[in-house]
Amino acid sequence: MTGFVWVCLGAAVGAPSRYLVDRAVQARHDSLMPWGTMLVNVVGSLVLGVLVGLSTGRDVPDAVTLTLGTGLCGALTTYSTFGYETFRLVEDGARLYAALNVGLSLVVGLAAAAAGYAVGVAA
Amino acid sequence: MPVPWVDPDVDLHLPGERLEWGRHRFVLPAIALGGMVGASARYAAARAWPTPDAGVPWTTLGVNAAGCLLIGVLMVFVVDVGGAHPLLRPFAGVGVLGGFTTFSTYSVDTVTLLDAGRPAVALGYWAGTLLVALAAVAAGVVVARAGVLAATRLRRRRRGHRTRRGERP
Repeated sequence: MTGFVWVCLGAAVGAPSRYLVDRAVQARHDSLMPWGTMLVNVVGSLVLGVLVGLSTGRDVPDAVTLTLGTGLCGALTTYSTFGYETFRLVEDGARLYAALNVGLSLVVGLAAAAAGYAVGVAA
Repeated sequence: MPVPWVDPDVDLHLPGERLEWGRHRFVLPAIALGGMVGASARYAAARAWPTPDAGVPWTTLGVNAAGCLLIGVLMVFVVDVGGAHPLLRPFAGVGVLGGFTTFSTYSVDTVTLLDAGRPAVALGYWAGTLLVALAAVAAGVVVARAGVLAATRLRRRRRGHRTRRGERP
């Protein structure tokens, strides 16, 4: 049961952080591209990559994995917002932006996760 | 061309959302609370249906698909229907569904599948999640819009009946 406490602790920080980062990014860049969502998804993938990489070679306490990984990174990143934004871009006829959003999010997210994982394994 | 409304987390193109933070002091707490609910549900799902080592992360795929379906439904009520409680989107959309779904686990699981020497499974999971998620959003929006339309028609027909009855001498 304590697992849920750690997850909640991380999520209580992660979800509002996504909102605040999204606001901050939009306030600076008026664009159709959802850069804010992409940024949190990439950063979250990087951090979780490090965490999962670290846990391959050493014992990372459950509290850390659950708070930072499941809670913080999980709540910071989102598939629902990413999916909805892509859907709306397609629906509004901004197909190029939709394709760019999908391509960049997936490729950069995967690259960030791989880089983080490699760093975590090597550390 | 008007700028399309795309971001369910927050969209500063909408004057109401530009100000919501200052106007409603419960926006951030509502997001945090929703995030805790969503993340806990994802954690519960991961515990109930654990993914074996180097196996296909079906649970994460299912969680992301369900969250995408639900955000489609939710946003129809927030955007198309309107008049929703000002904390509904922050709590349910940004918090619960944002906390429930995850992009980080999706990316990292793809990497660990690659690392485990299962490139075909990794690629299938990577592309498959995207396709399933987009289809789920579209299904949620379409079904919710159809439901709203049907409800509106029903209400209008009922009102019509009442009016005709009332006109009779």
